[in-house]
Amino acid sequence: MPSEFHQKAHETLANANLQLAIFTATGRLKDKRVEAVGPGELPDYQELRTQANAIKQHAIDNLDHYLELFERNVAARGGHVVYCKDGTEVSDFILALARERGAHLIVKSKSMTTEEVDLNERLEHHGLESVETDLGEYILQLAHQRPYHIVAPALHMTRYDVAEVFTRRLNVPNEIVIEKQTALARSILRQKFLAAEIGISGANFLVADSGAVVIVENEGNARLTTSAPKIHITIAGIEKVIPRAQDLATFLKLLARSATGQLLSVYTSFLSGPRRPGEIDGPDEFYVLLLDNGRTRLLPDKNKRQSLFCIRCGACLNTCPVYRRIGGHTFPWVYSGPIGAILTPQFMGVQQEPDLPFASSLCGACGEVCPVKIDIPKILLELRSDVKKAETRDKQNRLEKLSFRVFAWLMTHPRLYEMAGKMLRSVGVPSIQAGPLRAWTSQRDLPPLPGRSFREMWRRR
Amino acid sequence: MSRDYILHRVRTSLGRSPSEPIPDPPPARILIPEVTLDARVASLIARVEALAGVALETSDPRAYIASAIAGKTVIASNSPYLAACGISSLPGVESGITDREQLRNACATADIGITSADYALADTGTLVMLSSWAEARMISLLPPEHIAVVPRDRILTGLDELFSILPNPAEQSSSMVLITGPSRTADIEQILVRGVHGPGKITVLVAP
Amino acid sequence: MGQRVSLFVTCIVDQLFPTVGLAMADVLERLGFEVDFPESQTCCGQPAFNSGYRAEARMVARHFLDTFESSPFIVIPSGSCTAMIAHHFADLFHKDPETLARVHSLEKRVFEFSTFLTQVAGVEDVGARFDDIVTFHDGCHALRELGVKDAPRRLLARVRGLELRELSPAEECCGFGGTFAVKFSELSGAMVRTKVEAILRTGARTVVSLDPSCLMQIQGALSRAGSNVRTMHLAEVLASR
Repeated sequence: MPSEFHQKAHETLANANLQLAIFTATGRLKDKRVEAVGPGELPDYQELRTQANAIKQHAIDNLDHYLELFERNVAARGGHVVYCKDGTEVSDFILALARERGAHLIVKSKSMTTEEVDLNERLEHHGLESVETDLGEYILQLAHQRPYHIVAPALHMTRYDVAEVFTRRLNVPNEIVIEKQTALARSILRQKFLAAEIGISGANFLVADSGAVVIVENEGNARLTTSAPKIHITIAGIEKVIPRAQDLATFLKLLARSATGQLLSVYTSFLSGPRRPGEIDGPDEFYVLLLDNGRTRLLPDKNKRQSLFCIRCGACLNTCPVYRRIGGHTFPWVYSGPIGAILTPQFMGVQQEPDLPFASSLCGACGEVCPVKIDIPKILLELRSDVKKAETRDKQNRLEKLSFRVFAWLMTHPRLYEMAGKMLRSVGVPSIQAGPLRAWTSQRDLPPLPGRSFREMWRRR
Repeated sequence: MSRDYILHRVRTSLGRSPSEPIPDPPPARILIPEVTLDARVASLIARVEALAGVALETSDPRAYIASAIAGKTVIASNSPYLAACGISSLPGVESGITDREQLRNACATADIGITSADYALADTGTLVMLSSWAEARMISLLPPEHIAVVPRDRILTGLDELFSILPNPAEQSSSMVLITGPSRTADIEQILVRGVHGPGKITVLVAP
Repeated sequence: MGQRVSLFVTCIVDQLFPTVGLAMADVLERLGFEVDFPESQTCCGQPAFNSGYRAEARMVARHFLDTFESSPFIVIPSGSCTAMIAHHFADLFHKDPETLARVHSLEKRVFEFSTFLTQVAGVEDVGARFDDIVTFHDGCHALRELGVKDAPRRLLARVRGLELRELSPAEECCGFGGTFAVKFSELSGAMVRTKVEAILRTGARTVVSLDPSCLMQIQGALSRAGSNVRTMHLAEVLASR
């Protein structure tokens, strides 16, 4: 039985329109990134990566310190920090606050962290209206789908798909002009912004020395979400904390360039607490929900904890030859592509998704483009080892284990290794229609077999 | 309580004890290039224009704005600089609002919002706006068009200089926003559309 | 007598592409090296390592360490196997300081073939002649783990009669990836078909690479596509005259 992962990968590979859409969109993002970090635009790109990696390493290695510092500084500016173990604690907090304030309508800006915990579904289940306001996320919410890509959530959809969703869900006439679709969303969502009592955002960075939440976006919906309603709630993973505002000079140069090839995203908001006396607008209440949801599971391993350095730029997805063919929805959780392949097994447990770390040719392109230098290929290899250890422990996949035992034994006994090789060549490999060979020949031909091995030829030389 | 539970888990996973001192963080990387003011002005203008914004230097921003706003509904911030330039008092410009609801309603119906900016960043074409009694958040956000008038000497080289002048922006304001070009999206088929939630048109006037 | 170099031909060249090993030996001898072939060599252990079987990979790696203990230079016709030895052996033995010290000594002595020629032998022109239009495929491990990019191109540039046409896109994986090629064969097949399209666009008649495994994948797909574009290891091109 092929796994669900294999099945979805197959469906995506067989869908020519989808293949074209993914390949074109990621290709464009990929090219833009290459230009934006090139020597002409950013001569000190590699130094910035090294610095970003060093800051993240320091922040994660001393995470408890920076969380507490962040918390103190948010409190000093009149905001509140709430720690949440999981999605239930997040939604319980929001529901209680909404009930107390008599709030019914929530506007939301894009946040992968809230996708992790299915926040909208939880809130709507309790009678609140929670509206995604990023254009891509809004389309997906109407279509009841999860994001296809960290940065470009509706990357897999065409204008015709969007038209169909809008017609069906909003009762509007069929409209296939992208500018008009965008204008329609703008006018509907503008009313939501002006009526909502609560705005919920994610965060790209939490700045410890300032008690600030930093949000990077292009549309302006995050600015509206965080400024128009009287209550602003940020939901962020605990790993998002960085030591100082000055570190943003490093991260902001890398983030937008890596994500979309922009020098900076259109809007970078640096928000520290509710509006202050004298300020004309801004929220009256400011909450930051710090979510664990499995992150602390990644901390004990000194090497693998670097998975938490991720700033969600999506560059590894755009460059990944695997993601570019099997797309985002083949991945079992909200995070897709190379970063998803290392985060998901660690959040869920390696045995939940044993395929993921193996769905890679280990080409290393992801590690090369990562702006914070996460060594994704190395972590994939370690997770593969973790999967096999778990399988061995649970006495699963024993035939494969046995075959690698035989492999190791042959490779440490040169005479036997030579004999085995000779036997295979004389029998003729193509006549063996075993699993791996059939898999090979399903896609490509076998090389012609030489009559002799190198060592035999060398002896006769 | 989840706070204690999570912090405890973090500490034990990292092998740290409560309030254990930390090593010094890597020094912040702040490198400010030497760029003349004229070159900064030129770069700012080029970068804004590359983002499909309008940018120009003028010794008379009032005259420029007067012709740009003819027949439009306009709201201007309470910035003393705009007042000093004579922009707030132009006919047809509403200014001086200090009430949140009143301001929001005015912005929601205005065609153009006019602000100053605390700084601008030359190498990215960015406006830096700190929220205050003089500058509300909504004026640069709700109207479909945003015009910013920036004093020439407020043009910095880039992010490094900004964060060396404002090492902790939270001390100045509850909100600092960096604006780099018009609001945009490429969420449908990677086709660029401007003005999705924020202003689709942005004009930066560099003034004395 | 010249400097002694030991061949590590890799299991795939030993069993499937012996002429690559012979060509490599020819080129090295022509340059005046004394070439030996330690007979107890087998594999670097990468198949087990990449499949998550570290204990098994460690056994094979130890065997490699024993085999090449006394070789001053070890030359390898594969960027991927070289990267395994030079980068990942250390991962295998990070808890074993004694073996780790042996690994660190080994790391300085292993060389991917083109790197050995340009850096150690200090040559670019090996006196080869090859009348053909070729394109070059960068193996991912040579490119990204070893940083090998210029060396093969500098060597190819000095081959008489050879015209090099670069692939576009240049740095895309061919989709081999060891057991990935069979565990995710459909996906791997899609990847190599993109590679084949890029190769055919160049109009080259021969695809050259540093890695026999990439070449096996590419050759298999070219052949399946009915193309008569051939694949060759760099050593085979440099051995031609």
